[in-house]
Amino acid sequence: MIAGIALAIVQVVIVGAGAPLLVGALRTLKARLVGRRGPSPWQPYADFRKLLAKEAVVSTTTSWVFRATPYILVATLLVTALVVPVVTVRPPLTFAGNIILLVYLFMLGTFFLALAGLDAGSAFGGMGSSREVAVAALAEPTVIVAVFALALRADTIDLGRIVERFGGEPWLAANPAHLLAFAAFFIVMLAETGRLPVDNPATHLELTMIHEAMVLEYSGRHLALVEWASAMKLFLFMTLLANLFVPWGLTEPSGPVAVLRGLLALTGKLALLTIAVAVLETAVAKLRLFRVPELLAGSFALAFLSLMAVFLVR
Amino acid sequence: MQPATLTLDSLRHAATRAGAADVASSSPSGIRCRLPAWEIPTLADRLAPLGARCQFLAAADTRATGGDFTLAYVFAPPQLAPSVTVLVAVPAGTARFASLATRSFAASRFEREIHDLFGLVPQGHPDRRRLALHQYWPEGYHPLRRDAVPRTDFVDTGEPFPFRRVEGEGIFEITVGPVHAGIIEPGHFRFSVEGETIVNLETRLGFVHKGTEKLFEGLAFDRAPALAERISGDTSVGHVLAYCQALETLAGCTVPARAARLRVVLLELERIYNHVGDVGMIVNDTGFAFGHAHCFRIREELLRLNERLTGHRLLRGAVVPGGVTGPITTARLAEAATRAETLVAEFAGIARLCLDNTTVLERLQGTGRLTEQTATEMQVVGLVGRASGIDADLRRDAPFAAYAETGVNVSVYGTGDVWARTMVRLDEAREAARLVREAARLDAPGAARAQIPPLTPGAHALGLVEAWRGPVWHWVVAGGPSTLGRVKVVDPSFRNWPALEYAVLKNIVPDFPLCNKSFNLSYSGNDL
Repeated sequence: MIAGIALAIVQVVIVGAGAPLLVGALRTLKARLVGRRGPSPWQPYADFRKLLAKEAVVSTTTSWVFRATPYILVATLLVTALVVPVVTVRPPLTFAGNIILLVYLFMLGTFFLALAGLDAGSAFGGMGSSREVAVAALAEPTVIVAVFALALRADTIDLGRIVERFGGEPWLAANPAHLLAFAAFFIVMLAETGRLPVDNPATHLELTMIHEAMVLEYSGRHLALVEWASAMKLFLFMTLLANLFVPWGLTEPSGPVAVLRGLLALTGKLALLTIAVAVLETAVAKLRLFRVPELLAGSFALAFLSLMAVFLVR
Repeated sequence: MQPATLTLDSLRHAATRAGAADVASSSPSGIRCRLPAWEIPTLADRLAPLGARCQFLAAADTRATGGDFTLAYVFAPPQLAPSVTVLVAVPAGTARFASLATRSFAASRFEREIHDLFGLVPQGHPDRRRLALHQYWPEGYHPLRRDAVPRTDFVDTGEPFPFRRVEGEGIFEITVGPVHAGIIEPGHFRFSVEGETIVNLETRLGFVHKGTEKLFEGLAFDRAPALAERISGDTSVGHVLAYCQALETLAGCTVPARAARLRVVLLELERIYNHVGDVGMIVNDTGFAFGHAHCFRIREELLRLNERLTGHRLLRGAVVPGGVTGPITTARLAEAATRAETLVAEFAGIARLCLDNTTVLERLQGTGRLTEQTATEMQVVGLVGRASGIDADLRRDAPFAAYAETGVNVSVYGTGDVWARTMVRLDEAREAARLVREAARLDAPGAARAQIPPLTPGAHALGLVEAWRGPVWHWVVAGGPSTLGRVKVVDPSFRNWPALEYAVLKNIVPDFPLCNKSFNLSYSGNDL
């Protein structure tokens, strides 16, 4: 019991404290890749400190949704941090079917963020929300189908057990279905977390934004929470990608050594993924908005093929 | 190049037939004349079949000397040569003149500006909404009249500008600016969209109206260059050169050959650093940060080269009435030309890398298409025009400074999309590097500055320069022997802003910044 609570705390701390570093490292890496020195990877922490010290300006036309959304976002992501196998194969909230809970936790945050974007009544918020919902509606099925492709092959719909199964029988992962699902999930990760080529997190152009347009009205501690939440979302998506598809290094939470080994493995995997994302973001331009559905349809097709392949290549 | 029928003789003939008086030659490629106010539409109709349209219109308050207001029209083909300058007297009593708005789009905008600033009414103008001044300016207050008393009792009543309204199911409005998320100049854009598709865009500018033309009034002519350089910061050389050329023509001063060549160097250096920066910004708006980072690194090197040559990163203080002054006169031009060539070659490599990336190319091609027909009807000028198939460049068509010696290869594209505007910039940057090299090669020791003789009050002249955006016009009227009476400034931005509203139609909202960046028009140069 105590060990379970301790693990829950450790996992939440890793996600909560590690997420800003991941975002910072991604920015630094991207700057280096284009030949700039760029900010330090620790910059997001300084930004949060700055934002927390600032006043939060709230438009008088907004309702409780606008104020509550930053807290709902952070809360859903902290709960998600308990569902995802981060450093061990037994996430603190482990039960059959937690895949579905995971998808809906992400959706709940998106839902409230879209509402908050509409709440202030500005054209940008509405634009951002409509785009975000369109992207989410196209991306969400892919997440489910890709993860179910894995679940079918692992014969369980418990995230932890999927990781355990593939960790124990690595040859299961050397399979085209696995690769297809990985590709599909990778694309969806870029879309869901507002990365290039779907959304440009570095832009100042309000007319081109998706995620940033929704949060334009936020300031001070609200903005800090929203930014923290989106950093955690990126962290969790990358962790899912890393641990579901490359499950090595994760074991039963038998003690601090196992947790530490899991953490080291995770750090290594995330570092590789971060480099991959940074290189990809440097190599491509942002897609024209109307091309995004084509990309996401492609990723869905990959996920669907992966699911079919489970039956064919059995 | 020009319609075969359009020559100085045919212009002279048309003017005489329309009833012009005092027809005289004003420059190698231009004539000037006087015409009664009501004959202007007749002349416009005679010139239209020849391919010459109204390209410039300025008013001056000459009531103190002649009892009337004076309007100066310039009719010319898009190449701006040959041209006819027509002076028209508008009686102070009626303060009305015949509008050319339905014949020339450029004229319609000039007339609205004159209506605001001088209170002269263009009769028959279909759109008399305010252009230069905002709604809160008091009714009947026209700041460019010489007897206008500066007022401070401005009260913003919140009266909205009468925007066109688009109505229909699913149409909604997005208002952007004048305060933007990035550090750019202020302008208000009102989009009517259907989903993400733009069905109408209306631009409202004038937020940085600084009274520039009023500031020129009564200014000593040798102090005006500093003001001209600040009309639009990125076109410092273009504006000051246009001003100086107008003044030199007016005073009958011949610029030494050395100064003319140095002016080519300065104008082309300005073109290079702006084009390099623009391509970086265009690529950045597609989300391709690599091109942006490197273009701006190269732009910085270019600005440092500018500073070494002139003591100012934006090349200010070098062009003066009568010639050129400052460190550039003793600089080693061959070295500078080599440096510029190296940097432009590096820029061309970066640009090639960006344009070889299919994801970037996909965003540029077909986006923000301004067809040749629309561009011609809207009398679009400069590089935007050249990207839409309008083959006009003053450096070749009416050479000034030393361009007759260097020759200029003009780059024209027909597709009119963001890609074409990027390509024109790329080609022009390369050609500019060649021109810097050529001017440096021609440079020979000698005087770089001539004296300006005293001015004849009331004398007037035009200065025309192909700056990096397009033709910059300065119409200078002398006030006293050493002071200015009236200076009318036209930045190419003033001519091209409305075309943006057409280029973005049927594009999607997220592509607007890309279209806007590919035009990259000046707010300050437009708002004056």
